[in-house]
Amino acid sequence: MKKRKPMSAETLYKIFIYVALITFAVTIIVPVGWAFLASVKENSEFYGSPWAWPKGFYFQNFIDAFQKANMGTYFINSILVTALALAILLVVALPASYVLARYRFRGRRVLNTAFMGGLFVNVNYIVVPIFLMLVDWNSLFGGTVFTNNRLMVALIYASTALPFTIYLLSGYFATLPKDYEEAAYVDGSGYFNTMVKIIMPMAKPSIITVILFNFLSFWNEYIISMTLLTDDAFKTLPVGLMNLMKAQNAAAQYGQMYAGLVIVMLPTLILYIMVQKKLTQGMTVGGLKG
Amino acid sequence: MEKHKGRGRFIFFCVAPAAVLFTIFMVIPTLQVFWMSLFKWGGYSAEGKTFVGLDNFQKLLGDEKFLRSFQNSVLLIVLVTIVTFAFALLFAGILTREKLKGQNFFRIIFYIPNILSVVVIAAIFNAIYDPNSGLLNSILGLFTNLKDNPVLWLGDQKIVVFSLAGAMVWQAIGYYMVMYMASMSAVPESLYESASLEGAGRFRQFFTITVPLIWTNIRTTLTFFIISSINLSFLFVKAMTSGGPDGSSEVFLSYMYGQAYTNSSYGYGMAIGVIVFLFSFALAAIVNAVTKREPLEY
Repeated sequence: MKKRKPMSAETLYKIFIYVALITFAVTIIVPVGWAFLASVKENSEFYGSPWAWPKGFYFQNFIDAFQKANMGTYFINSILVTALALAILLVVALPASYVLARYRFRGRRVLNTAFMGGLFVNVNYIVVPIFLMLVDWNSLFGGTVFTNNRLMVALIYASTALPFTIYLLSGYFATLPKDYEEAAYVDGSGYFNTMVKIIMPMAKPSIITVILFNFLSFWNEYIISMTLLTDDAFKTLPVGLMNLMKAQNAAAQYGQMYAGLVIVMLPTLILYIMVQKKLTQGMTVGGLKG
Repeated sequence: MEKHKGRGRFIFFCVAPAAVLFTIFMVIPTLQVFWMSLFKWGGYSAEGKTFVGLDNFQKLLGDEKFLRSFQNSVLLIVLVTIVTFAFALLFAGILTREKLKGQNFFRIIFYIPNILSVVVIAAIFNAIYDPNSGLLNSILGLFTNLKDNPVLWLGDQKIVVFSLAGAMVWQAIGYYMVMYMASMSAVPESLYESASLEGAGRFRQFFTITVPLIWTNIRTTLTFFIISSINLSFLFVKAMTSGGPDGSSEVFLSYMYGQAYTNSSYGYGMAIGVIVFLFSFALAAIVNAVTKREPLEY
């Protein structure tokens, strides 16, 4: 026969944890969902209760955001900077992590320590010196090539992502048995060929993790972008959203602002829904994030 | 492995680009922070640059705005760390140990704030904290009358730091929860079975089995979290309040950025950077030392 009393305590406990979990889930779903609904509201609707359902589907907000608020241009800039930065990062970080993990050579320890130390240096500390350095280069070469340059920003994104990426990738490369390379050399395959044709395909899961995390951080970044891309033609999406937030306070363009918010958020949400399993598994590989 | 032809060249070409980029865009700017902190320097040109030694640091000690940003930063670090870790551990413990419906659903939802840009989160929290038509005040308005004096979540000097903390916790819980879920699920089931045979309840099990066994993980994440919350607090302040109202929500790095970039007092700004650097390292070292335990194995 089952005892009654402990059962009801058990039920109470279950109810309690469900309430706790559901409460936190609601604090996430409701504001994010609310922002989606707000993006199709007309401006006049923002003066009533915030909980009112949108009266219609006011798509004009998105058109305004894209055209009047320049979010279309910013979108292209964001794609460009993110893609370039990812490409540079992979081309630079993959060979470096591979060699650092699997070859013994002079200076290896110094490099490894330096990159590990880099994990502790956040871009926010060094964004002003970087800005001044670029201004210096400008006056050195007599032009304005280095500031307001999207390629430069991509290069800086990639460089500042190097420590974490190398840490994560060389962690993976170090776990592979030596036999792979030895067999390849016996077969007469050169160093470069071995790396590209044999090692890289095996590292695919780690490479995908690297791409996912860095995509999110490049796409969402705004301090470097705000500091170095001040020309309206080169700004990225998060900076554009900041402008919209400021404009909203002055000119009450609520609908447009929330449309802008959805434009920034949607790509990351779609990506997350597609790969959420990989993302949450991948992060335990690296373990840490700056 | 015996020497092959071209080995040295291969190594060089693989490592050199990374080393060069890392040196130009991370090592040199970092050294610059320390070097520039010794100069009084306004404006782009090198002409207005004079060596002043440690003067900038002396000035900092008497700078009330800096001390305020220091206070805010420390308050945010302590508050956000404690609340985030308590909830992350609790939720991770519940989701790994209990057989619940919708376990996957909760994990997926809780992680969402982590993938959003801080600017997006700032915009969402602006809508939540809006004094007149905000989500939070309209809920509170159901219980008390707020019509005449609404709570100014971001406009009241006494409240604004806590409002920022709320947004930061909201963003961070899911990430750390997922991390702890991974390490908690590696704890063997047999330990819990024998513990419950001996009559240890859920809370005993959590504090005597789960937490000690994932302690190494908690410790590392704690150190990193402290460093990253100095950075995150800057991102949130910049996007949500710009340090306002009246400088009351200024934190370390936002004050530094304001001095160095907006105000063009580069030397002074970099001196702040140096202090923050040293402070964060000292704090990380202290936390590391205080949380040191013999690692347990299972």
